[in-house]
Formats: sequence, structure tokens, C-alpha cells
Amino acid sequence: MKLLTHNLLSSHVRGVGTRGFPLRLQATEVRINPVEFNPDFVARMIPKVEWAALAEAVDCLNLAAIPKEPIEGFEHDETFLRKMHHVLLEVDVLEGTLQCPESGRLFPISRGIPNMLLSDDETET
Amino acid sequence: MNINHKSDLKLSKTEKKFLRKQSKARHVLLKHEGIEAVSYVTQSLVVANGGLGNGVSRKQLLLALEECGSVEALLMPPNKPYAFVRYGTIEESRKAYAALNGKEIADDAGQKIVLYLNFVEKAQWENVGLQALPPGVMIVEDIISSEDEKMLLESINWTEDTDSQNFQKSLKHRRVKHFGYEFHYESNNVDKEKPLPGGLPDFCNSILEKWLKAGYIQHKPDQLTVNQYEPGHGIPAHIDTHSAFEDEIVSLSLGSEIVMDFKHPEGITVQIMLPRRSLLVMTGESRYLWTHGITPRKFDTVQASERHRSGIITSDIGDLTLSKRGVRTSFTFRKVRRTPCNCSYPLVCDSQRKATPPSFPFPESDKEASQLEREHVHQVYEEIAGHFSSTRHSPWPHIVDFLKALPSGSIVADVGCGNGKYLGINKELYMIGCDRSRNLVDICRERQFQAFVCDALAVPVRSESCDACISIAVIHHFATAERRVAALRELARLLRPGGKALIYVWAMEQEYRNQKSKYLRGNRRSEGNKEETSSETSTSMQGLLVNEESVGCSKDPALSVPVINDITEGGCKSRKVTNSGLPIHTNRTSFHSQDVLVPWHLKGNPGIDKTVEPFGPVGSPNPSPVFHRFYHVFCGGELETACQALGDVSILKSYYDQGNWCVILQKV
Repeated sequence: MKLLTHNLLSSHVRGVGTRGFPLRLQATEVRINPVEFNPDFVARMIPKVEWAALAEAVDCLNLAAIPKEPIEGFEHDETFLRKMHHVLLEVDVLEGTLQCPESGRLFPISRGIPNMLLSDDETET
Repeated sequence: MNINHKSDLKLSKTEKKFLRKQSKARHVLLKHEGIEAVSYVTQSLVVANGGLGNGVSRKQLLLALEECGSVEALLMPPNKPYAFVRYGTIEESRKAYAALNGKEIADDAGQKIVLYLNFVEKAQWENVGLQALPPGVMIVEDIISSEDEKMLLESINWTEDTDSQNFQKSLKHRRVKHFGYEFHYESNNVDKEKPLPGGLPDFCNSILEKWLKAGYIQHKPDQLTVNQYEPGHGIPAHIDTHSAFEDEIVSLSLGSEIVMDFKHPEGITVQIMLPRRSLLVMTGESRYLWTHGITPRKFDTVQASERHRSGIITSDIGDLTLSKRGVRTSFTFRKVRRTPCNCSYPLVCDSQRKATPPSFPFPESDKEASQLEREHVHQVYEEIAGHFSSTRHSPWPHIVDFLKALPSGSIVADVGCGNGKYLGINKELYMIGCDRSRNLVDICRERQFQAFVCDALAVPVRSESCDACISIAVIHHFATAERRVAALRELARLLRPGGKALIYVWAMEQEYRNQKSKYLRGNRRSEGNKEETSSETSTSMQGLLVNEESVGCSKDPALSVPVINDITEGGCKSRKVTNSGLPIHTNRTSFHSQDVLVPWHLKGNPGIDKTVEPFGPVGSPNPSPVFHRFYHVFCGGELETACQALGDVSILKSYYDQGNWCVILQKV
């Protein structure tokens, strides 16, 4: 699971609503997967990212901290884009958990796959 | 015509034609078989058209080849239209190249064929390795004398009282006669309470006693089926019904030899030569688990050497030739079973299978719907994931178009992504996929895609985070209208305002504007068209690619004639579900009900969970397990109506695509 995917995931346990985001990330195995750098692509992703959630995930994984917010003129700042490229697309969580911040429900990540299945009585109706 | 080169002028018209054909043969061998011809002289040649696959026997080809020199090796791969020859010297192979190219020889049936030769570095053929007889198979050669053979053959009077006796039948591919008990082909069983008058013929008794004494058989049979096969006849692959007969089944081959195919459910095929006057004994695994059958054809590929007559046809292509079939009469002796079968192959055992066909009541409540989906959607996909994925490799063009037209940098969710065949279509998108089936998501992950496991009714993605969504062949798996709308609502929730969703569902109407869908057209075999649809071209998201010849494929014309041609707005001809059970759909036919169970014939892995009725109809000779997936097929307009119920979306486009109803939505 890439951190960009993590940034999209949200808990969907019944009744948590928007308070299910962001999922608390804990990783026991992380791999760095080199991905071809595409500055335009990364620049397009930046505005779509929930920045605080990303900063928190980066912190959980003990990666080098990212700026508090996207820096001015980031579209043309290759150093910044390369750093974000690495954080969003190359960091791959293989084993660990995601935890719903509201209900505490834990979702396992194994072999890079988050299992977000809920039982019938946990789901929104 | 092209402008003549000087060198071309020297060639006659025939020579030019021949050169064209030779170069075509070379091209075809490279393209279809990966056989690379070289443009210099070598000791080895590939002989196009000189193969077992187009009726040329080893003897005939050798005759022609040896005119040009001493043949070191002649390799004839089974079922291939070419052979490889290696000469002792380059001079000889050069001579053969010159003399035999374009040479006409007659094949085994007397048809003229023209040979085209090209030099190759070496014969390219991968040996598939040694094979063993299926466990429990034994062949006893020369079990009876020629005199007894003659007596047995003469004792069967095929002409007498054909009309009055119901136990003599001329089946599609052979003649058959029963003694002791009649075998009913409709049920693949015998009526144990109704033995035929006369029992087994007297002359059989003395033979059977002999076999018992010699230890070839342990139990005395009480049922005899005599089959007569003309050249070109055959019998489909089958397992003798477990509940009908005891373990030991023996078959005596008279009149002519034949090659019988044994198949293990995991795909191993062993071809076995049954010599004239030999006895085939099948017990244990070979009787209970392996299918056996005879391919209808006029020639068998057999071992050329005389060393061993019975047993496996090996893959030693230096020792294969053709054998013309003669009239073979088999005497198959079986013992009628009086107690249920308790073999160790429950997957293919009709005594041990649960009640079939599956019957699932039409869901009345959300809870029942959820249970139906669990058993007949989720569990089934989990079981068939591997096979399912192997049949889903070609993305659909209109879906590809949708994804390619999205702006670079779009975030796209594929809800119900299956094996992820759409996740890598456009590298300029960030696509995430999810599916209910862990096994399918595993496949996505192996392909380096971002995927997770979840239910389409509760997608763990924050609201309005996606620029686009696709839902391909998913919504039709929900069992009530409310749940289908809920799944659509969940999809729309993920979209940012202005974001688009593409939705595909299976259509009740498999014929639209007088055009049959690929799903129906995949059923060509039953229309007498020999063209095989490859798994590639017939892949609809739902298309079932397994041959349904033997399981539940109705030949009833009323079922295979498409009936939908007057589609009216908002409704279509749908037989109302009157009883509470869900009907089971016949693959590759029109739908007669909107809520159906659609069979999936699993190939490749029989060792799977047995909780989902992995069985065909009683008496099915096909050992592949059958799973039933629930579908609600949509009528024209129904998907649009369901989308309108959401309120916060507008329909940009709706269309019909190869048996599916499709909608493109935009969040407002």
C-alpha cells in the first residue's frame, strides 16, 4: 500500500462518518519500490492530498518529515516534487495495520493488501 | 502484377507459385509454431504438410524421404501438420530439398498433398516427459483367442428386432446393446429393479469364470454393454456413474485396436492403445476419478515400433505414426452397485454429493439477500478466482476508451476490480482497485497494482476523493433493488462534484437490434459452426468459457432461440419468478428470468472447498465442479432508473455494449 492510497482510505465502520479519517497507520514491514519520476503527475497529485494525514503517516513510518504544507510554486520545484514522489509513490507498506481513529477498529495489511472487510453488523445500513 | 525482375523471368509460372507457397509455409511455421527456418543448407529439414496432423503416415513419408538419402531421424509430432527429418549428410539434405520441395504425395486417405521443405538448425520439439498409466489401469493382451473373438462378434446380432428391443440403440456416434440391465443414457444409470430377461449371454459366463480364476477380475459382472464403433466414431469423455456400478470395470476390444484417452481432472491426458483382443481393467482412481473416452476420428496416432502394442502412446516423436481405424466392438462388463458409493473421490461421486441442483429461495429480505450474495457471489468468486482470472485478460474497448479519455493525474477507483485488468490501462491515472474476493485482490497485487479488500456497499475511501470511478460487472450481483441502488450511491459518494462514473451491468437482452451478443455468439458449437471462439474473443466479463457439452447444456431449441426482440421502455419479456427458487441459467443462451443462478464450470483445481455445491446435475459425466453465481440481469432502462434514484448525479450517456447495459454518470 502506497501512502497516496492510504491518503484516500477512510474507515467505514457504521456511524463514524467523516471522523473515520485518517486511518492510523502502523507498519512492521515497509519496502521502497522505485517508480519512474514524472514531475507533472506528482504536481497534479499534490492538491488532491489531505496534507495533515500524509504528514502523520510519514511520521508514523519515521520517514524524513515533509513540509507543513505544499510549498509555494511547488509545480516547478524539482527537489520538492522528487521528495513527494518518493513519499507518495515509492514507499510501500507491506505488513501492518490501519486503525479507525473513531471506533478503534483495526484493519490488517498483509502482503501489501489492506483488508477493509467489515462484518455485517459493522457496516453502514 | 509486379514488375518482373530479371531473375524472375527465368522462373516459370509454376516455379514462382511454388516459391510463394514454400515461403508461406516457412512463414506459417515461424508464426504459429515458432519454428525458424534458415537460409543455408543444414542436415535437417522441416517438412511442411508432411505431418501426422494432416494424415501422412510415417511409412509414406519415409518412402519419399529415403529416395534422397539415408534418413538419420524422422520426428513426427502428434497432431502437427509437419515433420522433421535429419539426413546423414548435407549432400543428402540438399538433394531432398531440391527433389521433394513441391512434391505431391498421397496421404493415408488417398488425398493428394504437396510437401514444402525448409532447412532448420535442428528439430525443435519439447518432449513432455514420460507418462505413466493412470493408477488402477491394467491391460491384458491376447486375453482371448481369434476363434473366441469371432464367436463373440458373431453372437451379437445387430439387425434383429431393432424396433421391439429398447435396449439396443444407435447412438449418435456408435451402436450399442445392453445385457443384464439396460443402461439409460438420460440418467446415466441403470434401473436396478428391472433386470433384462435372459441376463448375460451364456458364452460370456465361461469367459468371465476364466478371468476370475486368472485373477484379472475380482467380482463377477452382471451387466454387459456392447458398443460398436465405425472408423470416425467415438465416445465422449466420461466417468461411469459411481452409484451405478461397482469399482471394477472391464472392457474387451474386438475387431480392431483403438486409442483411448484418459484424463485426470487436473488436466493430465494419457492416451492408451487398446490392442485387438485385449482386456482393459479399470479400478480405483482410474475408474472413479479419471475420465475415459474415444476421440471420433479415422486415424489414431500410435507407436510405430512393434515392441510394445498396448499401453501409453508416448511423446517420443521419433516413433509415432498413423493407424487407420477399423470397426471395433467392445464388450464392457460391469457389476451393478447395490449400495451407495463410498469411494475416496467425493468431488466426482454422485452418491456423496449434496442435493443438486442448488436451490436458493428468492430473497425476501435484506438479510436473505446478503446471505445469497455471500454464498452465491462472494464464496464463488473466492473459489474460482484463479480460473476466473485466467479467462479475463482482454479489456473491453469502450471501458479502455473511458479510462484513456480521463485527464492525466485523475484519481480513479475501480470498485469490484476483479483481477485488475483495468488498473494498468492508463499510466497517467492513479488507480486504486477493490474487490470482495481476497484471491482476486492478491492477483492485482502481484501485478503491482494498488488494491484492497472491501465490499462495494461499504467502500473505505473518503467521500469526494475520486475524479472518476468504474464499476464493471458488479451491480448485477446484488440481490435486491435496494442493494443495487445502495451500491450505486456508494459509488457516487466517492466522486468529487463533476467526477464521472462508468457502470456496466449484464443485460437481460442478449440480442439487441438484431445482433446477438458475444455471450450468445460464443455458443457457436451448438449452431453447427465449427469455428472455436477462443477464450480471448469470447471473454465477456461474465462469459463462461468452459465447454458445456456434457453439463447442463440444453439442446432444447426453445431455450437457445433468442426471444427478445420487442424491448419496450422500462420493461422486457421476463418470465416472472413464480416459485420461490431461483432458476438456473443455461450458459450461452438467452435469459428467461432476471434473477438467476449462472453456472461456472471450474477447470484446473478440483481440490477446493465443497461448501458451494460444486457439482453438476446428477449423472454428469464431467468431473469439473460447477459453481453457481447469482445475477440480476438488467432490462433496458432499468440501470438508468436506478441511477436517477440517487439524486445527486446526472446521466451523461447510456448505451448497450455486447450484452451489457452501460451508463456514464456525472456527480452534480
